[in-house]
Amino acid sequence: MNVQPDNKAMKRDFDIVGKRTPRPDGIDKVTGRARFGADMSMPGMLWGLVLRSPHAHAKIKRIDTSKAEKLNGVHAIVTSKDFGPCDDSLLDIRENVMAREKALYDGHAVAAVAAVSRSVARQALKLIKVDYQVLPHVTDVDEAMKPDAPVINDKLFTKGLDKTPKKPSNIAERFEFGHGEVEKGFKEADLVIERTFRTEATHQGYIEPHACVASMGADGRGEMWVCTQGHFMVRNTCAGLLGIDVSNLRVTASEIGGGFGGKTTVFIEPVALALSLKANRPVKMVMSREEVLRASGPTSSSSIDVKIGMKKDGTITAGDATLRYQGGAFPGSAVPYGAMACFAPYDLKNVRAIGWDVIANRPKQAAYRAPGAPMGAYAIESVIDELCRELKLDPIDVRLKNASSDGSKASYGPNFGVIGLKATLEAAKNHPHWKAKLGKNQGRGVACGFWFNFGGETSVSLNVNVDGTVGLSVGTPDIGGSRASIGNMAAEELGIPHDKVRCIIADTASLGYNDVTDGSRVTFASGMAAIQAARDAIGKLCERAAKIWGIPVDAVVWEKGHARPASPNAGKHEPLSLADIAAQAGATGGPIAGHCEINAEGAGVSFATHMVDSEVDPETGHVKILRYTVFQDAGKAVHPSYVEGQFQGGAVQGIGWALNEEYIYSKDGRLQNPGFLDYRIPVCSDLPMIDTVIVEVPNPGHPYGVRGVGETSIVPPLAAISNSVSDAAKVRMTRLPMSPPNVLKALGRI
Amino acid sequence: MFQVHVRTRINGDDTEFSCEADETLLDALRDRLGLTGAKEGCGTGDCGACSVLVDGRLVCACLMLGAEAEGCDIETVEGMADGSKLHPLQQKFLDHAALQCGVCTPGFLVAAKSLLERNDNPTEEEVRYWLAGNLCRCTGYDKIVRAVLDTAADMRKASKPKPAKAKKASAKGRVSA
Repeated sequence: MNVQPDNKAMKRDFDIVGKRTPRPDGIDKVTGRARFGADMSMPGMLWGLVLRSPHAHAKIKRIDTSKAEKLNGVHAIVTSKDFGPCDDSLLDIRENVMAREKALYDGHAVAAVAAVSRSVARQALKLIKVDYQVLPHVTDVDEAMKPDAPVINDKLFTKGLDKTPKKPSNIAERFEFGHGEVEKGFKEADLVIERTFRTEATHQGYIEPHACVASMGADGRGEMWVCTQGHFMVRNTCAGLLGIDVSNLRVTASEIGGGFGGKTTVFIEPVALALSLKANRPVKMVMSREEVLRASGPTSSSSIDVKIGMKKDGTITAGDATLRYQGGAFPGSAVPYGAMACFAPYDLKNVRAIGWDVIANRPKQAAYRAPGAPMGAYAIESVIDELCRELKLDPIDVRLKNASSDGSKASYGPNFGVIGLKATLEAAKNHPHWKAKLGKNQGRGVACGFWFNFGGETSVSLNVNVDGTVGLSVGTPDIGGSRASIGNMAAEELGIPHDKVRCIIADTASLGYNDVTDGSRVTFASGMAAIQAARDAIGKLCERAAKIWGIPVDAVVWEKGHARPASPNAGKHEPLSLADIAAQAGATGGPIAGHCEINAEGAGVSFATHMVDSEVDPETGHVKILRYTVFQDAGKAVHPSYVEGQFQGGAVQGIGWALNEEYIYSKDGRLQNPGFLDYRIPVCSDLPMIDTVIVEVPNPGHPYGVRGVGETSIVPPLAAISNSVSDAAKVRMTRLPMSPPNVLKALGRI
Repeated sequence: MFQVHVRTRINGDDTEFSCEADETLLDALRDRLGLTGAKEGCGTGDCGACSVLVDGRLVCACLMLGAEAEGCDIETVEGMADGSKLHPLQQKFLDHAALQCGVCTPGFLVAAKSLLERNDNPTEEEVRYWLAGNLCRCTGYDKIVRAVLDTAADMRKASKPKPAKAKKASAKGRVSA
């Protein structure tokens, strides 16, 4: 089902964009031929493994590697001593990839070995002796903020306060967003509800663990094969950490087995390169699942206070929220995004969101799909739901009444452009799901969500080949079908069949810099760059046609894949196809190519409304998702199947976050569930089909109206499911995950 | 380290390899034989990305030792297509866009093939429970379930004789998973 509101900005008829074309990397992926991170091997390759801290917080007094070095088959051992001076901006990454004076979390890397086989490397790890002095630790966000909490970093003084404190603490920074006067707004309300919510840390849960092969030659030139969301980021970071010229490191992105934000930084990659540098041989490293969970970048856990006032007619008079996120052992949690995004769906006169960035003895958090936003939305949308319930108001009507629309002043500052929130709410209101009957112990919830989306630095090359086919090189790893969507946009622009364009992810030596695949930016920004590169090439194709015909170039137009005379005055010439012109390229001036290097502006924000039915078993506390519908504004769905896939995948990750997934730490600060058996992501039998409604309110900032779609889909589910369970259980849920013990507690049964 | 010599048949080819005594079948397939279609997502039998058929039984290759494959008939994702002709499940996964990143896809295909060899008319619930041992983090499973149900419907329509419950093993081998 597609909903396309009447919008005059979207006039363009498309031949290819919007079609469900076959996936270019599909056959490789169904036959096992696709090469992911761990599928690469190099001649003479060694295996690298990491020794990790078993302590949550400990001083590293001494590391003795002498016995391990003597083991036959061991070729290199590295510790923090092998990572020398670097730019200040890389200091936290340097310390995260290899602990220095202290181990800061359970799983923190302290040493690494490279050996002829994995079994020899495993033996070597056992021979490394580390003397630790165990220190007091803290893993909980609220505990970490207390004045008497163990101080993790004695150089950390809270930023963002009127006066910088004299004592160090675990509070890295305070943020504040909003406008108006919230206290005045609360006085205007007929009902004010104030609640505190808690969410646990979750993991992106990509099925492919981090993997890489690094090869550093004696000539100082290196190559890397990495599963990453950004190979240019890997190149720049690794070069910076190891003092290598950027041009001397060439990084190729493998196929990537999921990332969701978790592969936007480095963990083992600089370590593999350091080992290769030392051993003078290629080194392959692959994380185990346990390492992924203990030592990559999960989300923050959070603790959030929300106060919202509403009039009897549903008008929200004021909203106030305080969000506290622990982001692991280093500053930089996504709390500012959470504080900016949480009230964004609503056009409020009085709004304030305060964020506290807190460190704790946990792995440094990384981005996870709309980083920071789902927790904030969970808290705000829960209180709005409760207000609607208390005032006996329809939750969709109340949201429509308060919804941000074109030109609204966003709670985080700017004014919105053309946005589609109301269109998603209208679609939800008119969907049969909204009117379907519910049974005993069943409930329905709705919630809205927002994400900014992003443009960023992007470089694309488009080569016209002699036979009329086109090679399109982009620099943003394809994480869910972007080669198809970008290739199809280029084909659309050129006017040639989609299967005449082959889109590849070029290595770092072959293109200008590209930002990582993140911020839902790739179909938007690489797509925009591909369109511009195609237009660049079309200009050159027209020049060649003009040359062949002996007429001025401004007398040539490009239509449906052909150069044509612009008017009868230009003379009678048979149209020349792209292939006709390509075949004569050598005789008319040489190769024909189009390029585009941009810092893409004009990203369009995206909104979604989710609707979910659940059933609560009052005996066991088990929650079953019965029905789920996603309504999201895609701007323009370039490849609808992949847009649906993003909607469905985000919703199901949200279901996991809401119902099952959590990082469980024991009192000694060790992660208790570092495996897929105990860190339980949703499985096939947990779920119904996930229905999707693609709303298309074109983004004026993109030639085809594209908005990013990847991240918004995980923002509403936590709240929508919590509202549904609260409806079914007849009690307000304020804690995630809503696992059976937590549900039974809320029901007062345990 | 001491290595064991193992004789197997893999995707119809008689294949011999040597592996360390404590090496998994998955590592042997991937690192000794270059059959990297089966993936390691967990190493503990929880994600199904390494699903292979051993004497017709669906097995996580990470839970079986390479040495235990002696005399076994092994099928991996690399053996599913008949030359350039895709297996119907492979084609339906493409038609339904039932993959995003694709790293779980080989395991899902092998597991789904195993289901359809036993039951050519599964209900949605049967598909969901059969595939509950295969984790996918991208798709939410919706399009995967549709692809499997659609394949089953087509296979029934083609009214070919039902496939045998399990392929005849070339030799008796113990499956420990």
